[in-house]
Amino acid sequence: MNSRDTILQRLRERSGGKLNQPECDFSVLERPSSSVAERVEQFQKIIESVHGEVHRCTPESWIAQLAGILSSRGARNLLIPAAHQIGQALRDSGRDDLPELLIYDEPVRSWQAHMFNEVDASITSTRGGIAETGSLILWPTPDEPRLMSLVPPIHVAVLEASGLYTTFHEAMRVQNWKSGMPTNALLISGPSKTADIEQTLAYGVHGPKELIVLVIE
Amino acid sequence: MTQAPHHTDVREFHPRARAAIADPKIRKNFRKAMDGLITKRKDAFEGWDLEALRDLGANIRLRALANLPDLLEQLEKKLTENGVKVHWAIDGDEACRIIRDICVARNAKTVIKGKSMVTEEMELNHYLDDHDIEALESDLGEYIVQLAGETPSHIIMPAIHKNTGEISELMHEKTGTDLSSDVEYLTASARQQLREKFMNADVGVSGVNFAVAETGTLCLVENEGNGRMTTTVPPCHIAVTGIEKVVGNLEDVVPLLALLTRSATGQHITTYFNMISGPRKPEELDGPEEVHLVLVDNGRSSIYQDDELLDTLRCIRCGACMNHCPVYTRVGGHTYGTTYPGPIGKILMPHLIGLDEGRHLPTASSLCGACGEVCPVKIPIPDLLVRLRQESVDGDKLNPAKVRGHGAKRGTLEALVWRGWSWMHARPGAYRLGTTVASRLRRLQPGKLGGWTRYRTAPKLAARTLHERMKERGQ
Repeated sequence: MNSRDTILQRLRERSGGKLNQPECDFSVLERPSSSVAERVEQFQKIIESVHGEVHRCTPESWIAQLAGILSSRGARNLLIPAAHQIGQALRDSGRDDLPELLIYDEPVRSWQAHMFNEVDASITSTRGGIAETGSLILWPTPDEPRLMSLVPPIHVAVLEASGLYTTFHEAMRVQNWKSGMPTNALLISGPSKTADIEQTLAYGVHGPKELIVLVIE
Repeated sequence: MTQAPHHTDVREFHPRARAAIADPKIRKNFRKAMDGLITKRKDAFEGWDLEALRDLGANIRLRALANLPDLLEQLEKKLTENGVKVHWAIDGDEACRIIRDICVARNAKTVIKGKSMVTEEMELNHYLDDHDIEALESDLGEYIVQLAGETPSHIIMPAIHKNTGEISELMHEKTGTDLSSDVEYLTASARQQLREKFMNADVGVSGVNFAVAETGTLCLVENEGNGRMTTTVPPCHIAVTGIEKVVGNLEDVVPLLALLTRSATGQHITTYFNMISGPRKPEELDGPEEVHLVLVDNGRSSIYQDDELLDTLRCIRCGACMNHCPVYTRVGGHTYGTTYPGPIGKILMPHLIGLDEGRHLPTASSLCGACGEVCPVKIPIPDLLVRLRQESVDGDKLNPAKVRGHGAKRGTLEALVWRGWSWMHARPGAYRLGTTVASRLRRLQPGKLGGWTRYRTAPKLAARTLHERMKERGQ
């Protein structure tokens, strides 16, 4: 018998007999309903407490604010999605105070070293956020691949205020995740960090040093 | 089976404990870290109905265990549909072989690793090294511990036993960084060293925090981003997990995640919660082309047989029991000599290595109960310690011993004393005679009772028995 069948048989023929299945009461996760403004406030408070940065913007103002943020960091370039409207808007803006715009349109192997060493910042969309934990929901796509939110030292994420859920449980239920998950789904709740050296916090250990959220209201 | 770190004799607990207690640096490093974690955990649950949340966590784990074989099959089916290859390993050796075979088939020479306790359990790095495959840890703590040639001393913070100065010296010696007490500099140096490794690694190996049967999703919890790197950059990703980590539904991960990060480090959530459901699709530009899951039994199906011991399998590996343990805080993780130290190690390791080798583990506890009180899935750790203590001297009639190596601590004299004790207590006449004689001979009682009186005064037998005194009171 192979290991699979041996293991399953041992579990099935449990000497202690069948186990009871307790009821699971999820009501402890429920939260009172809140307004968008309250959720934005909570989100901002929590993500700032872990070194994330929040800028509240309007659909008209975000590109100018982004240009200011990136130039204050001296970013030489910005990796943008090719098809998503965020990328479109940036390319169509015609602003000369934005850094060089890069597009991730080839398999990573062909330009990995460049991405790891030369790209200063990236911008991605989000599928919403979670107020209670200060989290962004990202489902990477061919247009916004996984490494976009991981490799460049600065990650800018665009979050529609109306896409903020109170809890992870609510987000998952409303967006019906169980009907089908993408190859990779992420919750991102701050910049990369570690406390492995004597519990001293340090940022940007493997992922981005800075997480900047543009909340569009 | 090769579960114990290869250079440590688990039975030598006492000499190691004495050495650790005599080392002020170890005590200081642990005390400082554990005090901080205790406070952070408490703050993170502020405003929560913690008992209800712990009940939910416990029930989700119990429900998953009740359906374990079905859920494992469902997980396998879903993952296979998603394009993930699922492997089953009866023990650590088989799991190591499976991983080596995948590497060999891909002609892989370098493996980059995300944090995984189950691969520590099976000593994967050691095994791959013996087969000319380089395995490099990428979690900063694990990286430090690997540079030092040590094993983790805490399941969440592997290098907690070292202070900044020691780490700086180690990195200077092994990697040529400057000596510095600037944690940011040290971290940035490690980032630079490891970025090259991520780009060049042939295979990424990671653990799994929760495996969701409903959707075929592997969930990883981390702060650094090394877990994402490991599971995204190399062309092949191998996830390794114990068979008990499976849960039924996607929504089950929500309360478990809430409990895990708050219990472990007092965080509302970790920086990254990474959910992987399959390899890169043809139209995608990154992510591994090949994803494997290795399901490791390694003694877990034996634990599964017993109603009481089964509770050990609920564990979500948060480490809160260690952080709150008065013994762990004083002796540190290495004293145990086991992959999993602290209270959870004391109830898990005897199953993996046997009660013969792990004979001192269940007694390395004051039974203060803190571990059971903070456990996010309500594992009755103190009860299990008592059970294993019984098993180590061969159990009782109601609970026949089951753990391998049971009875290892049984001594003829002690067994005889207890047999005499129970004989006397079952016979009122003998009991009265015995206690009367003992009270009359109380002056002959020795003042020193070995280890018991090293820090205590010996209890004195009363001049008259309880029966005599009750009679005097006319009752």
